[in-house]
Amino acid sequence: MYREVILDHYKNPRGHGVIDGADAAAEGQNPLCGDEVSIFVSFEQGGDTIEDVKFSGRGCAISQAATSMLMEMVKGRSATEIATMPKDELLEEIGIPLTPVRLKCALLGLGVLKVALHRAKGTPLPDEWAGLDELELR
Amino acid sequence: MAVTVKPKLDAVRIRADFPIFEQLIHGKPLAYLDSAVTSHKPRQVLAELQDFYETSYGNVHRGVYALSERATERFEGAREKVRAFVNAPSAREVIFTRNATEALNLVAYAWGFDNLGPGDLVVVTELEHHSNFVPWQYVAKRTGAGFRMIPLDERGELDLDGLDALEQEGNVKVVANNLVSNALGTINPVEKLAAWAHAQGAIMVVDAAQAAPHRPIDVEALDCDFLAFSSHKLCGPTSVGALWGRRELLEEMSPFNLGGHMIRKVTLEGTTWGELPHKFEAGTAPIAEAVGFGAAIDYLNEVGLDAIADHEHELLAYALERMQEVPGLTTYGPPVDRRAGIVSFNLDGVHPHDVAQVLDMDGVAIRAGHHCCQPLMAKLGVAATNRASFYLYTIPEEIDRMVTGLQRARKIFL
Repeated sequence: MYREVILDHYKNPRGHGVIDGADAAAEGQNPLCGDEVSIFVSFEQGGDTIEDVKFSGRGCAISQAATSMLMEMVKGRSATEIATMPKDELLEEIGIPLTPVRLKCALLGLGVLKVALHRAKGTPLPDEWAGLDELELR
Repeated sequence: MAVTVKPKLDAVRIRADFPIFEQLIHGKPLAYLDSAVTSHKPRQVLAELQDFYETSYGNVHRGVYALSERATERFEGAREKVRAFVNAPSAREVIFTRNATEALNLVAYAWGFDNLGPGDLVVVTELEHHSNFVPWQYVAKRTGAGFRMIPLDERGELDLDGLDALEQEGNVKVVANNLVSNALGTINPVEKLAAWAHAQGAIMVVDAAQAAPHRPIDVEALDCDFLAFSSHKLCGPTSVGALWGRRELLEEMSPFNLGGHMIRKVTLEGTTWGELPHKFEAGTAPIAEAVGFGAAIDYLNEVGLDAIADHEHELLAYALERMQEVPGLTTYGPPVDRRAGIVSFNLDGVHPHDVAQVLDMDGVAIRAGHHCCQPLMAKLGVAATNRASFYLYTIPEEIDRMVTGLQRARKIFL
């Protein structure tokens, strides 16, 4: 399960950090195991193309590695495209079978990113991700 | 001359009573080190459930026919077993609930809303499971009462030095504490807290969910006012638990759930309540589950609660010793002699979830998370811990396999 690419992303996370004055940001938690992820996005001037994206947080290898992979996947793509990006695209990249509990770890970063884009650009936020938005606002 | 020989528990023989261990998990025998969250069921309990459904099932306290009488007899027989299990004065003081959580909610709602108000204090501890913390926090907030927490010291034991200061702060009305901490295994000084509570005119509410499966309980000796525990943690079915409460308190209390069975007379103008324990048992009870609960108590009594406590104590000492071999491993909790069979720990640099996942690949089941004790996790300065917990069917080989798995997890992540 902990194949080399997962461990590599966990130990050397890509896009780890904070963007000061980010155009979009959100944070989320996985209450089951205490994973935490914050994501910061900056857009190309006047557009909705993701120019830079970074994350910070702490948690299990799956949550942190999956978010690291996500950073590489979304840079240069549009907010609209990422808002509708199916979770399978990320899961294929992760490439290991996940139990329902670990699925929540793996998808935390993607959910937080979608919430950030939704808040900044008004992109649609399907029901399955809406929970994250509510959690944070409460 | 009569010589008392302390019967020693034979875990290998006991294990054979539990069908769950007959399967392979990921191709390996199951090493189950998560009994603090729930326990497995022996054939004796499963057979009792099957027999009850096949021969005696009916709704209780209603029908005049033979089956209903038979079901009532076995259901009330289970209540008597629960009474004896905690040495309560009367079976009428034993209320069947869904679990310990519901039992504690019953007290918080039915006693709390009528007896708490501004100027009063509800005192819980930093070691509480959310089930004996959140209901009190909620009811305190709703009634305007204050909500305070007895802190932990460095060893994971309650620091009672601040009790005098609490007395000055308000009328202490409720003291709520678990007899054994599910997160650290700490055995708490409930007798001492009960004496202090009574000196303040407060009630003492004991969460025994983690104690009842593992050591003898005596509500008279504890001198508490309410005590709650669940069946599923002590080899019995899920969805049934028990609340014991002092009769005079239960008599005065308002009901919690309302509906069928708990009434004396219902008219348009109003309703009067039934007698104890029925006043608190609205609706159809978990009948078969209660009967299974009774069978589980029989099973534990047969093995002996003292023998179970001794067995787990030995396993705890063995586990703590073996775990020292793993570099970067930190354990939390008090010394062995003041702790039940629970080890909370972290492996430096490896998230608890990942540790548990690596162990699962070897068929070793341990828990990872906050154990429904977020205030405690905050105190320890961690988001989560790993936890291994032991029971009467636990054998040292399971601990050996956990230690091997921990070494493997370290190699994978570091």
